[in-house]
Amino acid sequence: MGVGRKDVTLGRMKALILVGGYGTRLRPLTLSRPKPLVEFANKPIVLHQIEALVAAGVTQVVLAVSYHAEKMEQELAQEAQRLGIQITFSLESEPLGTAGPIKLAESVLAANDEPFFVLNSDVICDFPFTQMVHFHKQHRRQGTIVVTKVEEPSKYGVVVYEEGGKIERFVEKPQEFVSNKINAGMYIFNPSVLKRIENKPMSIEKEVFPYMAEAGELFAQELDGFWMDIGQPKDFLIGMCLYLNSFKTNKNITTTKLHKGSGIVGNVLVDPSARIGRNCRIGPNVTIGPDVVIEDGVCIKRCTILRGATIHSHTWLENCIIGWKCSVGQWVRMENFSVLGEDVIVKDELYINGGMVLPHKSIANSVMDPKIIM
Amino acid sequence: MMLKAVILIGGPQKGTRFRPLSLDVPKPLFPVAGLPMVQHHIEACAAVPDIREVLLLGYFPAQQLHQFVTDMIAAYKIRIRYLQEYQALGTAGGIYHFRDQISSGNPDAFFVLNGDVCGDFPLQEMLDFHTSLTSPSLITIMGTEATRHQSTMYGCIVEDKETHQILHYVEKPSTFVSNLINCGVYICSPDIFKRVGEIFNSRPDFYSLEDEEGTESIRLEQDILMPIAGTGQAYVYNTDRWWSQIKTAGSAIYANRHYLQLYRTTKTDRLATNGSDKPTIIGDVYIHPSATVDPSAMLGPNVSVGKNAVIGAGVRIRESIILGNTTIQEHSCVLYTVVGWNSTVGAWTRLEGTPCDPNPNKPFAKMDNVPLFNNDGKLNPSITILGCNVTVPAEVIVLNSIVLPYKDLPHSYKNEIIL
Repeated sequence: MGVGRKDVTLGRMKALILVGGYGTRLRPLTLSRPKPLVEFANKPIVLHQIEALVAAGVTQVVLAVSYHAEKMEQELAQEAQRLGIQITFSLESEPLGTAGPIKLAESVLAANDEPFFVLNSDVICDFPFTQMVHFHKQHRRQGTIVVTKVEEPSKYGVVVYEEGGKIERFVEKPQEFVSNKINAGMYIFNPSVLKRIENKPMSIEKEVFPYMAEAGELFAQELDGFWMDIGQPKDFLIGMCLYLNSFKTNKNITTTKLHKGSGIVGNVLVDPSARIGRNCRIGPNVTIGPDVVIEDGVCIKRCTILRGATIHSHTWLENCIIGWKCSVGQWVRMENFSVLGEDVIVKDELYINGGMVLPHKSIANSVMDPKIIM
Repeated sequence: MMLKAVILIGGPQKGTRFRPLSLDVPKPLFPVAGLPMVQHHIEACAAVPDIREVLLLGYFPAQQLHQFVTDMIAAYKIRIRYLQEYQALGTAGGIYHFRDQISSGNPDAFFVLNGDVCGDFPLQEMLDFHTSLTSPSLITIMGTEATRHQSTMYGCIVEDKETHQILHYVEKPSTFVSNLINCGVYICSPDIFKRVGEIFNSRPDFYSLEDEEGTESIRLEQDILMPIAGTGQAYVYNTDRWWSQIKTAGSAIYANRHYLQLYRTTKTDRLATNGSDKPTIIGDVYIHPSATVDPSAMLGPNVSVGKNAVIGAGVRIRESIILGNTTIQEHSCVLYTVVGWNSTVGAWTRLEGTPCDPNPNKPFAKMDNVPLFNNDGKLNPSITILGCNVTVPAEVIVLNSIVLPYKDLPHSYKNEIIL
């Protein structure tokens, strides 16, 4: 883990990850597994964040959840042991918004004077946690939020700030251009911020940040490189493309390597336990999970194939997420952001166009137009 | 006994609903189950020992039929001639026009077969019925049962159940008359020419040039059958064997399946078989001897592959007709599709149509000849058809679409006609 390289003053940092509810936007995958455990590029989404936090010196991570998921708690307990950190769960008895959970975890977050991280759980990027700490300690104000550039700012809430980063104001869905930087969902705060949050449902974006900005206590830090909210299937796949493309430059990725070989086109990530048949064309932008079997003559582009799935011969997949232990038959064509839940069987020679299939279904007829298969 | 057979093959103005398949080749020569459609008629005629001559009657230019007729004579060792009408004379008009050719050699009777029907024609059995009749029949019609609903799309026959005498005949009635319908296959006595001549001459406006609607043309059904019905000189021979019209291009896939099925009993040598170093065959499949099919391909059921076609590795074809000189590249999947001559289909591409088969849950149901467009102006889902010399790129889908000849498709298409 390179403990020796760590800044000693960062050694006891804490982080709160806002996991929230049932991850409905990523259904049908989240019907089988809590969203933080859904594998993005062959690693649970939340581990991308936790590992990056650990690399920046975080030793205690609190997951703010609004439902009790035993599976998640068990799996993450193992990860905590592996990483040598503490992972705890803070359960909301009622939905507390984006600020309420911070107050709820006050006892942990305010245990010392070190600043703490707060993250939205759906964000994937080249996490800038170390730079955040440095920047935050430099400007010595209450909070730092990471901002990222978007092409169409009118769809988002944008952040207006001075050259040095001091935030002037927030503008929700601006009709005229004022800024192209949006809140990237990653913050670092001094414990004193807790005084601004009450013990009730509160929105950090609407009920905390504007007042901090007014008081000159909130700074923006620009993010280099890619950023994606992967909370829904379409964005999940866009995020995967960006992430795989960042392998050359992303210093947080040290243990995994892109796959090379005949029939592999562009950026492709393949778990070593997966098997790929002959005469396939895989890529660009494909992730193949552990124990996946790809039979002969399969073509896959821009897809994530999750653990234990089998893709039978001569099938063509583009823009799909294939759930755990699925079986996709021979000569199947699937496209247009089709998502198969866990253990779905797609019979031979079918066409699936934008089908969202709930877990444990057997599909015997083509899905000609996008729809949900219960 | 000496018999002849007349096959009515129509002309270029007929069979337009069969487009675009009939744009490149006269509709009667379109291959179904590996053989030109009308060859199935010729084969059925050649199987009746007493038929000595087959006359193809139509108004296609003679050179379009010349090679075919030569091939048929060689294949069936029987006299075959093409008689070209110089204008559309109507089904009976053409027969009357060529009455001397038909009567020469004094046949005892002659068959008349419509070229746009297909089926397992029981010609010998029909002939036995015709000759066993105690009172002479001027015309014996092959009839089959249809559903009450569909019967009004056909010629409807009312028979005496005991004698099979035709009591009444009406073409495409607006209300239900009978579910016994006309199959478009007849046995005529040479005496019928006298009757046709009377009808011909009884038309006062016969020599008038004013009427462009072809008063000169005489239709067998309306002009001949209707007046003869009820006179005790017309009979119906009932069959329950497979029979269908071939009107729309969609019916080609249906006819292909049934003709392939008939090969099982009579022409097993035409059906592909499984074996080592051979493609996987499911059900009935015809592969022309000159075609190249990769051993890793899977074909069937109900597939015909034409002359010099090339089927690549890992290709899947089901319920489809692949015409000559066409290449299907590896891993592609072809379902309910007709791929025209000299076409190329790229790798990992999917061609898919929607079958328009008769309702399997209704006994005696026939194919519905659905119009191209529905009431909302949208294309009705049908089989997918690629005209000749069409190029489809790799990795696309062409779904329920009709592609006219000589097109290079740039991308996927769904429910479209591509001009």
